[in-house]
Amino acid sequence: MIGTEILIALIKTAIVFLVVLTTVAYLVLAERRISAAIQNRIGPNRVGPFGMLQPIVDVVKLLLKEDIVPTAATKPMHTLAPIISITVALSTFAVIPFGRSIELFGHRIDLVIAGDINIGVLYLLALTSIGVYGITMSGWSSNNKYSLLGGLRSAAQMISYELSMGLSVLAVILIAGTLELPKIVEYQAGWKWFIFLQPVGFITFLVASFAETNRAPFDLPEAEPELVGGYHTEYSSFKFALFFLAEYAAMITASAVITTLYLGGWQVPYLEALGLSQGWETLIQVGAFALKVVFLLFFFIWVRWSVPRFRYDQLMNLGWKVMLPLALANLVVTALVVLTV
Amino acid sequence: MSIPPENKKYTLTFWEKIFIPEIVKGLKLTLEQLLAKKDTRQYPEERWTPPPSFRGRPVLAVEENGVERCVACGLCSRVCPALAIEVQAAETELEKERYPERFEINMLRCIFCGFCEEVCPEEAIIMSNHYELAFSTREDAIFGKERLLMSVEELRPRLNYLHSQY
Repeated sequence: MIGTEILIALIKTAIVFLVVLTTVAYLVLAERRISAAIQNRIGPNRVGPFGMLQPIVDVVKLLLKEDIVPTAATKPMHTLAPIISITVALSTFAVIPFGRSIELFGHRIDLVIAGDINIGVLYLLALTSIGVYGITMSGWSSNNKYSLLGGLRSAAQMISYELSMGLSVLAVILIAGTLELPKIVEYQAGWKWFIFLQPVGFITFLVASFAETNRAPFDLPEAEPELVGGYHTEYSSFKFALFFLAEYAAMITASAVITTLYLGGWQVPYLEALGLSQGWETLIQVGAFALKVVFLLFFFIWVRWSVPRFRYDQLMNLGWKVMLPLALANLVVTALVVLTV
Repeated sequence: MSIPPENKKYTLTFWEKIFIPEIVKGLKLTLEQLLAKKDTRQYPEERWTPPPSFRGRPVLAVEENGVERCVACGLCSRVCPALAIEVQAAETELEKERYPERFEINMLRCIFCGFCEEVCPEEAIIMSNHYELAFSTREDAIFGKERLLMSVEELRPRLNYLHSQY
C-alpha cells in the first residue's frame, strides 16, 4: 500500500541520515587522528576514550559561537549557501544501494531509498552541479575579495572536473547498459568490478572526485595560506559548522559513489558459495559496502597529508588538458570494445 | 667554486610525467609514519624528570635534623640579577648563630639563572628540579620560607652534580 511504502521510505531516510551525519562527525575525528599519526603525533585523545566524544564537543562549541554576518553581505544568499552545500551532499544518498533487498515482516525492502528511479547516475551528476552554487553564492555574498576569489576558483575547478567525471561514468554506463545504480551494482557480481574493467576511468573518476570535493591536493580554494579561509572566511557558528560538515559529507558521498560505480558496491565475490542465510548475507554485504567506503575515506585523508597542493593553473591544466582527453579516449575505447565484443 | 654543469634540457619520461610513481612513493612514506611509534609524551600522566644539571626553582636546603642550612648572610639577595630574593636575619642559639627569620623569593621575578646557588657559601640555596610552577594570583607567586624548604636527600643528585663541576 502507498502508506506503508512511504513509511518504509521515511524510516530508511531517517536511518541513512543518522548514519551519514554520525559518520561525518566521526570523520572529522578520524581525520585529526590519522593526520596526527602521519605527522608523528597523537591527535585528540583526551575528551573521551580515544577522543570519541571530541566531535560532540566540537559541534556544541560551534553552535554556541556568535553568528557574525558582515554588514555589507547579501543576507539571504549568505544564509542559503551552506544550506545548499549540505543538502546536495546528503541528497545523493537517495540513490546509493547499500545491499540487496531483504524480507522484513512480509515486506520486501530494497536497501536503497529511491533506487528504482530510472535516471540514477544522472541524478548524481546533476546534484554535484548544483553543489557549485553553494560555493559560488558563499563567495559572492560574503562581500570579501578573498572569499570571492576562493569561491570563483572553486566553482571553476568543480565545473572543469565535472566533465571528466561525467565521461568516466558514461563509459561505465555503456558497459552496464543502465543508468540505475542498483542494477550497476548487480552487474558487478563476481570479479567484474568496474575498477578492473575500466582502470583508466577509475583513475580519472577518482581524481575528479578529489577535485569535486575540494580535497587536497585540489584544495587551493580553501587553503589557509592562500586565501584565509577562501569561500568560508566570513562564516561563523552554525553556518560554518554546516560548511565544515558539508565538506566531509561530500567526501562520504564521493566515496560511496566510487564504491558503487567502481568497487562493486555491496558485492562480495563468491559469497553465495558460503551458502549462508539471507539475513547474514545481507549483513555481510552491507558490512562490505561500509568497509569499502571507509577504506576510500582513509584514502582521501591519506592523500591529503601526502601530496602537495596543486597551483591553480596547474589544476586547470590537469583538468582540461589531461583528464578530459583521457576520459574521452577511455570512452571511445570502451565504445569500440562494447560494439565489437 | 664548482664548475656549473652544462645547460642540458631534461625531458621527462612517460612515468615521470604522469607523476603516479612519485605519488605512490609519497603515500608509502606517510603510511610508514602512520604506523611508527609516536614521540608524544602524554603529559599529566607521564611526567619528565629533568637531569641533575637542570636549573629548576631555587629551594632552601634542610638537614636531616630539621635545621635549614641558611645563615642569612644575604649574598644571594645581593647577587640576584632580578632582585627576586629578600632575606631578614635574626639570632639563634644554634652553632651557626644566624638564621633567616624571613626568606622570600618572588618567583615572578626569578630568572632561574642559578647565581644565588653559585654564590652561597653554605650550599644552602640550591636550584631544584621542580619546573611545574603555576599561580593564580600575584600574591601566590611570592614564596615564603616554608614553601622554599626542601630536604638535602631530595637535592642529592643536584648536589652531586655541583660537586663534580667545582
